[in-house]
Amino acid sequence: MNRARTAPPSEDKRWKIVDAAMRRHGYRRDALIEALHSVQETFGYLDEDSLRFVAGALRLPLSAVYGVATFYHFFTLKPPGRHTCVVCTGTACHIKGAPELLAMLEREYGLKPGETTSDGQLSLLTARCVGSCGLAPVVVFDRELAGKLSVEDLRRWMERCLAHDAR
Amino acid sequence: MTLDELQRAAAEERANQRKVACHLHVCTAASCLSAGGGQVKQALEQELAERGMRSFCQVKGVGCMGLCSAGPLVAAQPEGFLYGHVTPEDAPDITRSLVEGRPVRRLAVSTDLPFFRRQLKIVLENAGRVDPERLEDYIAAGGYASLLRALSEMTPQEVIREVTVSGLRGRGGAGYPTGLKWSTVAKSPDADKYVVCNADEGDPGAFMDRAVLESDPHRVLEGMAIAAYATGARHGYIYVRAEYPLAVARLRTAIRQAERAGLLGNRIAGTPFSFHVEVRLGAGAFVCGEETALMASIEGRRGTPRPRPPYPAEAGLWGHSTLINNVETFANVPVILREGGEWFAQIGTQTSKGTKVFALAGRVLNTGLIEVPMGISLREIIFEIGGGVPEGRRFKAVQTGGPSGGCIPEQYLDTPVDYESLAALGSMMGSGGLIVMDESTCMVDLARFFLEFSKGESCGKCVPCRVGTAHLYDLLDRIVRGEANGGTLAVLEELSDLLRHTSLCGLGQSAPNPVLSTLKYFRQEYEAHLEGRCLAGACGKGGRA
Repeated sequence: MNRARTAPPSEDKRWKIVDAAMRRHGYRRDALIEALHSVQETFGYLDEDSLRFVAGALRLPLSAVYGVATFYHFFTLKPPGRHTCVVCTGTACHIKGAPELLAMLEREYGLKPGETTSDGQLSLLTARCVGSCGLAPVVVFDRELAGKLSVEDLRRWMERCLAHDAR
Repeated sequence: MTLDELQRAAAEERANQRKVACHLHVCTAASCLSAGGGQVKQALEQELAERGMRSFCQVKGVGCMGLCSAGPLVAAQPEGFLYGHVTPEDAPDITRSLVEGRPVRRLAVSTDLPFFRRQLKIVLENAGRVDPERLEDYIAAGGYASLLRALSEMTPQEVIREVTVSGLRGRGGAGYPTGLKWSTVAKSPDADKYVVCNADEGDPGAFMDRAVLESDPHRVLEGMAIAAYATGARHGYIYVRAEYPLAVARLRTAIRQAERAGLLGNRIAGTPFSFHVEVRLGAGAFVCGEETALMASIEGRRGTPRPRPPYPAEAGLWGHSTLINNVETFANVPVILREGGEWFAQIGTQTSKGTKVFALAGRVLNTGLIEVPMGISLREIIFEIGGGVPEGRRFKAVQTGGPSGGCIPEQYLDTPVDYESLAALGSMMGSGGLIVMDESTCMVDLARFFLEFSKGESCGKCVPCRVGTAHLYDLLDRIVRGEANGGTLAVLEELSDLLRHTSLCGLGQSAPNPVLSTLKYFRQEYEAHLEGRCLAGACGKGGRA
């Protein structure tokens, strides 16, 4: 296993984190998903450079890596906005008003699920279920979860979060 | 650590805990944390420190106490006072009440409610009691004793016999007898076997496995290790959803702690038995809950299922004999060995033994996590434990089994909860999500919701599922929008039947269940939609088209 592996795509020190994650699994091919998780956690998304790097390091065809990266919903190949708003669309949230929350976000921010505002400030995503059904309907904004939200609650919360930034 | 050492460690920890007169248990499972449980814990710790009461009372982060709708929850032990909707500002009142020995009235949640009284906790016996991030606490509660006793006093065959006698069936939904599965793997001559824990809890509306992993991760590891001993496996994987970061973190901590204590890893308790566990993250694919897809995902591939046979017991991970069980199934195992299979078999019904953990959500007063004996009726769960439908509305249906299950109407609420009875109603036990709906929910919209889900989660490998779910969705969408004609319902039924019988895996086979069950029990809502009316008055308003 001494053959040179693909060099990181850039000088960016963060590639070391990704490499360490792959090394921890002995560069085993079956740890591909773990490697992709580490890229996404580090850089926020998977771009072509990173897919090539992982493919080279694990000695997998790029097509296989691309196939896995696009199969799983958790992985994104587009850079996310500065903030992400994830609306849970699980069953409990659905019957308790998630569609109304999504409609408000579309009205206010012009976003459909999967889209990012043109200024790159906000991405809107949906989740199948975040498992906090007792608090339905639930929204996760930048990893912070809020539950039992009315349309008005969410509007105010979003305004507060985004205004905090503008200052 | 040997059994003697374990018991000494347990006694020592219990003695240490007794030195402190009282404990404040703060729920630190995901639901309460997101309601502010972390800040409450901090405020209580600070308050106790400022008053110099830390040797008198300790704050302990614990797992799920069940009543998520009243979170964040705090319990004062040993009195057992339970407080709900606690905020950091309540810390002074709570600490003061410890000295006075009286509960804080305005925060008190009665533990005498049917929500608490009607439950029977086996899987969740430690949830809300032990600190999920401390191995010592699990050991003090009797943890790992079943594993070490099995290793030192039982043969693998005896372990399997105990599990078989218990009548335990798979808690992931399908209900396959656990003992039978274990003995099939044990009989395999394969030298390199695997034990896999399916923690890819993908059903929307289900959070039982999440709660078990966040509340008592060591219990699942102990169950897996016992299964490994019984079947002759040396390696294990826990496949967890990446959407459950807290559960993943606690599992990783638990594995590290158990390895350090010699309860996992090489030569456990000085016996020749070795067992290594690794966590593998899912990446948001519902189909990976299907066992063959799950194994493909652990191998680092696209999570597409393959035909069975061969079953995993014959050819699983990397072609080796593999045992796959759900989180809750493994969590039952240490108790079965501790209390005996016969004890376990006394609980529940003729065909479904033990208890089942349910995630109760939707239009019901008490939402949260419950554990009830099998055989309890849906009515008892919803109206006694759940407290019924709030805001004076009328109950309409309860959905069990997620996108693979069905909707059960009021006239069948006295059905006992067991695998066969629910299947006979066109629903299924599923993994344990129970979602209550009232008159404001349109059942056609709900069927469309589930098909949108199944369509999006279909892996695309087999045609019936890939094309069929998309077509079912389109038909339902047209009905919801009032653009369908009289023949649509017949097409819907025909297509559902096709999917059920020709799809490759459980996803496609069960995807029509929400359609068929709503067609069966709520046909009038479909018919009204054909005439352009929504009986629930839900469609065409807000975000619902």
